[in-house]
Amino acid sequence: MAVQTTTTAGTTQAAPRRLLLEVLHDWVTTVDHKKIGLMYIGYALFFLVVAGCQALLMRIQLAVPNNHFVSPQTFDSLFTMHGTTMVFFVGMPILFGFGNYLVPLMIGARDMAFPRLNAFSFWISAFGGMLLYFSYFGASGLYGAGSAPDVGWFAYAPLTAQIFSPGHSTDYWTLAILLSGIGNIGTALNIVATTICMRCPGMKLNRMPLLVWLYLVTSCLAFVTISPLTAAQIMLMLDRYVGSHFFDTQAGGSAVLWMHFFWIFGHPEVYILVLPAFAFANEIIPVFSRKAIFGYPAMVAASVGIGFISLSVWAHHMFTVGLGPGPNTFFTLATMVIAVPTGIKIFNWLATIWGGKIHFTVAMMFATGFLFQFLIAGLTGIMLSVAPFDWQLGNSYFVVAHFHYVLVGAILFMIFSAFYYWFPKMSGRMLSERLGKWHFWIFLIGFHLTFDFMHVPGLLGMPRRIYTYEADRGWMIWNMIVSSGAVFQAVATLLFVYNMVWSYFKGPIAGPDPWDAWTLEWSTASPPPAYNFAEVPTVESRRPLWDIKHPEDPDSRYE
Amino acid sequence: MSQTAVIPQTANEAWILPSRGVVGMACLIVAESAIFTIFVVAYLYYLGRDQRGPTPRQVLDLPLFTSICLLSSSLTVHLAVAALHRGRRHACSLWLAATVLLGSIFLGGTAHEWYTLIYRDGLTIQTNLFGTTFYSLVGLHATHVLVGLAMLSLALVFSLNGSMSAKHTGRLEVLSLYWHFVDAVWVVVFTVVYVLGR
Repeated sequence: MAVQTTTTAGTTQAAPRRLLLEVLHDWVTTVDHKKIGLMYIGYALFFLVVAGCQALLMRIQLAVPNNHFVSPQTFDSLFTMHGTTMVFFVGMPILFGFGNYLVPLMIGARDMAFPRLNAFSFWISAFGGMLLYFSYFGASGLYGAGSAPDVGWFAYAPLTAQIFSPGHSTDYWTLAILLSGIGNIGTALNIVATTICMRCPGMKLNRMPLLVWLYLVTSCLAFVTISPLTAAQIMLMLDRYVGSHFFDTQAGGSAVLWMHFFWIFGHPEVYILVLPAFAFANEIIPVFSRKAIFGYPAMVAASVGIGFISLSVWAHHMFTVGLGPGPNTFFTLATMVIAVPTGIKIFNWLATIWGGKIHFTVAMMFATGFLFQFLIAGLTGIMLSVAPFDWQLGNSYFVVAHFHYVLVGAILFMIFSAFYYWFPKMSGRMLSERLGKWHFWIFLIGFHLTFDFMHVPGLLGMPRRIYTYEADRGWMIWNMIVSSGAVFQAVATLLFVYNMVWSYFKGPIAGPDPWDAWTLEWSTASPPPAYNFAEVPTVESRRPLWDIKHPEDPDSRYE
Repeated sequence: MSQTAVIPQTANEAWILPSRGVVGMACLIVAESAIFTIFVVAYLYYLGRDQRGPTPRQVLDLPLFTSICLLSSSLTVHLAVAALHRGRRHACSLWLAATVLLGSIFLGGTAHEWYTLIYRDGLTIQTNLFGTTFYSLVGLHATHVLVGLAMLSLALVFSLNGSMSAKHTGRLEVLSLYWHFVDAVWVVVFTVVYVLGR
């Protein structure tokens, strides 16, 4: 009872090779959600390598005390560019790339609701990324060699004021983020409209794959979090260009207001990044446990709950400002409350695995790593949510270790998992599982060497963003371990890149449904034709392909 | 042979989903509201914290007439959509022209107000916190009015040269939603800046 596929994949391969210019023209002018999704992903992977190299340079600088591998000025711009790039030009585009690719396929649509807006959003975000890196050449205009932004990724006022940040580096930073914000709002709008208006017949809201639900929540969250950042960037630009006084403390402006505006964006942003990681887990864990997801309605409710609660926790980034007992209590409690829906999710994933017939493919291995590491990241998060604890450790390497545990241990692991799971759909070929296992184990070792041990210098009092340190502080051995872990991660990432390139040309042909999965994207060819589905599908349950493969026992009988 | 996932026993019930234009505009309105919220918060937070004048009480006048013009343009744009829906193209052109006129009067009023503030009262965006927050909030709204006017004028041109018909009602309705939003924001800005802030 295998699923039938179109023969279009074969015919395109037989076509004569096209000129490079034609191929380029095709990609630049495309409005196909799959191509735009792939461009998002490719662009994010490029910046992942760039920002990863910046991280390596910083780790070399910090590996031993009294080091002068890079200059202090370079170090400042390294951590600024690393953070900004990873959040705005790696995390957001890679997740929106997967969303662009998968959401229409999963709901049985032929494209996004607004294909041209989709292309616009991608190119405006891409332009933002180029602008950020152009600062290396253009930041001081005609007067000097130029320099990258060096105000930190949250760019606290009044450091960003014209007198403290002369030249144009901060302007490039502001403009890059403004443009990326516009692109993200466009894509989020598109995902919401697609999800609500483009579902195939029978795809009711309570039958949507959980991935689509989570992308819906993420996109709604984007409206109310990225827009405030855009507003704050407009204010900052007004301050810098026309001399207004929003964040000018000498004219009565408030530096704390910038903190509020930034973190009203900044904290929900973490959830914008992590919800798609949850989305991948929701699709991958059931397929490789050979069980339907446990507690679908609870998962949806928990996702929506996380979306709402995440809007009320931003000031836990500001405990050290001295907000007073009232706000401290409120934000401590709100932050702790968010552990409840997140806990529901973890228990549901465990219950999905429980009693399942687990297939430890590389995708599932990364998903398992995600489960454990996300739990630990959440636990250190609860520790930091306690205001007095945060007073002690705020702005230390403990915080850096905590959020890298979320960003790398949870989000990046699920992104790798998603690559191993959906690469066959996107390229038509399987990734090598053997190389994938090497990638997983080396990356796992590197991750734990780096980020487990990074908590310790934080507890010993090492502040974040420090350029170098004296030998007698007792931080050296820990920094050495942390830096050596970074080498493992770099090697593993190179293996992954090699695996993708090799598999794209030489990997075994995947076929439409290599994992025996249940959602609609696996019902069409790999890679899918431009129109996705020759005939718009009709669904009866949450697992339409299960219904087709098992007509004697369809899900629709139980839902 | 083509793909898949078609289940034969499906009942042929109607499968109607919301209009993507309306949903898209609703999303844009939510996002824009968040931007305005931040500017309103900044306005209220800095209210009365100026280190030097002029203050709102000294220089601001109630822009009653232009506000009434802007708010009534919500009605005229609604009438334009309704006329188009019934296929009365000339009525539609007339109401669209009225909307553009009313919106332009509002913008003219803002321009006059700013001219007076700058040249009579010496209040610029650099003067103090009031100038900073006032010009950016009102200016942000005026920018939205300007964008709306550009789109409405385009619709008016299409309506006059006869290329807009009843089947385009949905699109004009999406535009009217934006215009209603711009008007609703003015209610908030008016209340905050001219009523509470004075």
